[in-house]
Amino acid sequence: MSKDMSYQGLMARRNEIMKQAVGIDYSIFESGSIAFDYEKMMRETGYTLEEMQKIQGDTGVGNTPVLELKNLTALARKVAPKGKGARIFIKDEASNPSGSFKARRAANAVYHAKKLGYKGVIAATSGNYGAAVASQAAMHGLKCIIVQECYDSKGVGQPEIIEKARKCEAYGAEVVQLTVGPELFYTFLKLLEETGYFNASLYTPFGIAGVETLGYELAIQFREKIGRDPDVVVCTNAGGGNLTGTARGLIKAGAESVNVVGASVNLQGLHMASDEQFNKKSFTTGHTGFGMPFSTWPDRSDVPRSAARPLRYMDRYVTVSQGEVFYMTEILAQLEGLERGPAGNTSLAAAFSIAQELNEDQIIVVQETEYTGAGKHIQAQLSFARENGIEIRFGNPEEEVPGQNIILPNHPSLIKARDFDMDKIRKSYIKNCLEIRGIEKISDADMDFLVQETKSSYDFVKESLAERNIQL
Amino acid sequence: MKANRGEWVKIYNIVLTSEERAPQVPDDTRKVPLESWVKGFIQSDAEIGQFVEVVTITGRRVEGELVEINPAYTHNYGKFVPELLQIGIQARSILAGGDVHE
Ligand SMILES: Cc1ncc(COP(=O)(O)O)c(C=O)c1O
Repeated sequence: MSKDMSYQGLMARRNEIMKQAVGIDYSIFESGSIAFDYEKMMRETGYTLEEMQKIQGDTGVGNTPVLELKNLTALARKVAPKGKGARIFIKDEASNPSGSFKARRAANAVYHAKKLGYKGVIAATSGNYGAAVASQAAMHGLKCIIVQECYDSKGVGQPEIIEKARKCEAYGAEVVQLTVGPELFYTFLKLLEETGYFNASLYTPFGIAGVETLGYELAIQFREKIGRDPDVVVCTNAGGGNLTGTARGLIKAGAESVNVVGASVNLQGLHMASDEQFNKKSFTTGHTGFGMPFSTWPDRSDVPRSAARPLRYMDRYVTVSQGEVFYMTEILAQLEGLERGPAGNTSLAAAFSIAQELNEDQIIVVQETEYTGAGKHIQAQLSFARENGIEIRFGNPEEEVPGQNIILPNHPSLIKARDFDMDKIRKSYIKNCLEIRGIEKISDADMDFLVQETKSSYDFVKESLAERNIQL
Repeated sequence: MKANRGEWVKIYNIVLTSEERAPQVPDDTRKVPLESWVKGFIQSDAEIGQFVEVVTITGRRVEGELVEINPAYTHNYGKFVPELLQIGIQARSILAGGDVHE
């Protein structure tokens, strides 16, 4: 009998296909309730830091330079209160093969696929990760298929994603391009079943642990360069792997006092699965459309338990506007001679604002950059936005309405990182845990797990549960 | 336009019709089908619009409607955005000691 290839039919085989395609039995980490053994999962299915440094180093990944942005710091001090304006540094991850920190995730995933004997790798991604997997697959001699959400129903492609397709093909990968919709996952499963290739998911322990080398390197570089750990590290946040891996690496280096800040572009009001709104946004990653749902429910990814769990490590979560990120991208080129981004510069825009809260002797780090070029560049993105009816003008970023306009700040003093209420996000995560898993009673293990998952306290979790009438 | 067997082409498919789409998609997306495009070497001579088979770069055989021969990358830097010019000019003048807002 032939297999049922309908949407429902294929989705029903989802767990079976996934188990084949990632080679991890996630059930051994489960408790049967809310809690699962995250650290055990990271330990038993990942690699040690030394192993990862070797795996990445063998393919030219990692050891990216840290640059001090002296002119940008000087500009921040011009607009900051007297005595304020921390030194701003950036870790130039664009110098990885494939042009972004995603090379670290892909290096581990593809190495692992090869070790397990898979003939090829597949990844569902419209972003830098596709290029990273394709680049690694080329180095390891594996076949590679990248599945992208790329076009709206009129056949208009988001230029940045089209550029990513070109880059993947340049590395010898096959690119399957789709119109908007969450059923990308259906095509992805179908391809995994058809080819028997490895699912180079963004969210496996090897992928996330691959970013630990970034945080670790960063701490070591600062000790060598400045003689101490930085005060604040800002991470552009979408699916949460960037922040999770970086923070874990910092902790492994013993840099536990570093304040870890997540930053996303504010795309509030735009629906990510909407065909009509698809080309109304000028960012394809690093935005709240991924950042918020993945922070408050990380297990929505393409593996049963995501290794990216940003709320565990996040001290603060801020947003910046599209116009602010474009502005800072231009500033980075004009004042520092670095053409990068734009999406990766989300944390740069946030850092420019947060630096002004800190003293001049403090240090704030933007932990990544990404390559730029045709399609991705701010000229390309702003021009595309204008063609799609988005108004572009100078003004106060407060006036920006995602999908309607992009406001370039009239003056650098107008750039402001806006804080989310962390406790609200934590409560939202706890609510999702209870509702999605249908939990009415909490064990001691669940309690400890929720405290860790939300980087909060026993009392906070207790109070949050009491608000929802959950018994201990 | 005609593609000769062995040429590099792009083909098109409807993956899910509007009725077959997932329950959770928003209304505007449900109105349209889920479409896909794949590139490969065409296995027979054919005209644009015909149903053909290709072999992709990874060796998969895929069928679909022929839509483009030697598909090109046409993304670029777009139309010039003059506003960007002002950003560097202003930032340099602030750094040079000029206008500072508190
Ligand atoms: C350049 C860049 N920065 C940041 C991110 C966000 O990473 P994550 O999805 O792990 O939060 C991405 C991911 O798409 C990226 O490509």
